[in-house]
Amino acid sequence: MLRILAMISLFWAVALVPATAQEVADDARAATGGAQTLEDILRRQEGLKMDDSFRSDLTGDPDAAAASTDQLGTLGGASDPDLWRGLRYNAADVSTQGRGPAATTLIQDGGMWWLSFREGLLLSFGAYLMGGTLLALGLFYLVRGRIRIDGEKTGRSITRFKAFERFGHWLLATSFLILGATGLITLFGRKFLIPVFGPESFSTIAVGSKWVHNNISWAFIVALVIIFVVWVVHNIPDRTDLRWMAKAGGLFGGEHPPAKKFNAGQKLIFWSVIILGGSIAASGLSLLFPFEFNLFGHTFSTLNSWGVPGWFGAGDLPYPLQPQEEMQYTQLWHAIVSFVLLAIIFAHIYLGSVGMEGAFDAMGKGEVEEQWAREHHSIWAEETLGAKQSKEGGA
Amino acid sequence: MKAFLFSLLALVVISVGANQILVRMEDAGAIGSTTSVNARVD
Repeated sequence: MLRILAMISLFWAVALVPATAQEVADDARAATGGAQTLEDILRRQEGLKMDDSFRSDLTGDPDAAAASTDQLGTLGGASDPDLWRGLRYNAADVSTQGRGPAATTLIQDGGMWWLSFREGLLLSFGAYLMGGTLLALGLFYLVRGRIRIDGEKTGRSITRFKAFERFGHWLLATSFLILGATGLITLFGRKFLIPVFGPESFSTIAVGSKWVHNNISWAFIVALVIIFVVWVVHNIPDRTDLRWMAKAGGLFGGEHPPAKKFNAGQKLIFWSVIILGGSIAASGLSLLFPFEFNLFGHTFSTLNSWGVPGWFGAGDLPYPLQPQEEMQYTQLWHAIVSFVLLAIIFAHIYLGSVGMEGAFDAMGKGEVEEQWAREHHSIWAEETLGAKQSKEGGA
Repeated sequence: MKAFLFSLLALVVISVGANQILVRMEDAGAIGSTTSVNARVD
């Protein structure tokens, strides 16, 4: 008898266990009354994709509403949870007194990826890029040492940059460095400065940083225009750049390849500053005047129409974007491009100061040692000295 | 050195000047906050 009972129990156990995963999920959902299950919550926490149509589709049914004269009919067929789901999935009919473009999006559920990216990967990317660049420059200094003037110094100097050129350079440099510092405070402050200074002190620092960052940006834009106008003629790529690049500019020893006023490395810096700096300025203006410029929606739409995402095996880029999404993409772009430009500028600062003998004089005094000019910018030096001699001869 | 000092002066003048222009534009209602929300769900 016991054996028979055991077999019957085993049969029912085997018959009941192999339910499909969907059945299990449905049962679990039924057990929560149609709300999220533990599995849903865990998938969301792990950042996995989940089918949340059980929530997004459940935003009320006006057709099933009781008449407004009846009890429970005042919400038009939508309960409070239906209403909040409608707000979360942007399906609710919201009107606001504020007429801003983002005013009617009361809950932006899609912004969570931006928040986690901004708090995580973006900070890691920035820290590794800047730290890695500084480390690489330190190693380069240890291996190569300071790049000295090889020949004998002449004691004569040659004008490298006029006062207005130096003014434009320093306006750009100081504004960029201040923008970089205040930007880093804004980006890293919550994680690294609050634990050190406390929330109240950091609040003062953050408010000050924001004011400085927002207003100094105009000086950066003005300087960017000055630099472009003054130097663009000298930064058009030509054949001498190929020879310079082939010899890595003589950075690792060997002969100095000929160069005009700017060598290929400086031209790379120039165009990086103009293109990346221009992009930072454009995205910065978009952040300064929220919701006024839609930089990404139009871009994504154009890229989709060209089929660009498909080249990389990806699906279409999101379009249209909610106003908040525009700002989120803009913020990430602003920060990522700024990190890249900061890393490039670190290398520029290194070579313009401790990395190369005589280089700082070009921007410090505007005059450089003649031998330095002959070694690093031989074509320009010959032209300038030739013009100087013919002028003196003519006089 | 003079160029550097002039650039610092320009930095301050441009930044404060831009700030004053923006503050006046905001006061005049030409630009300003669009984030003030007083929502009603119909």
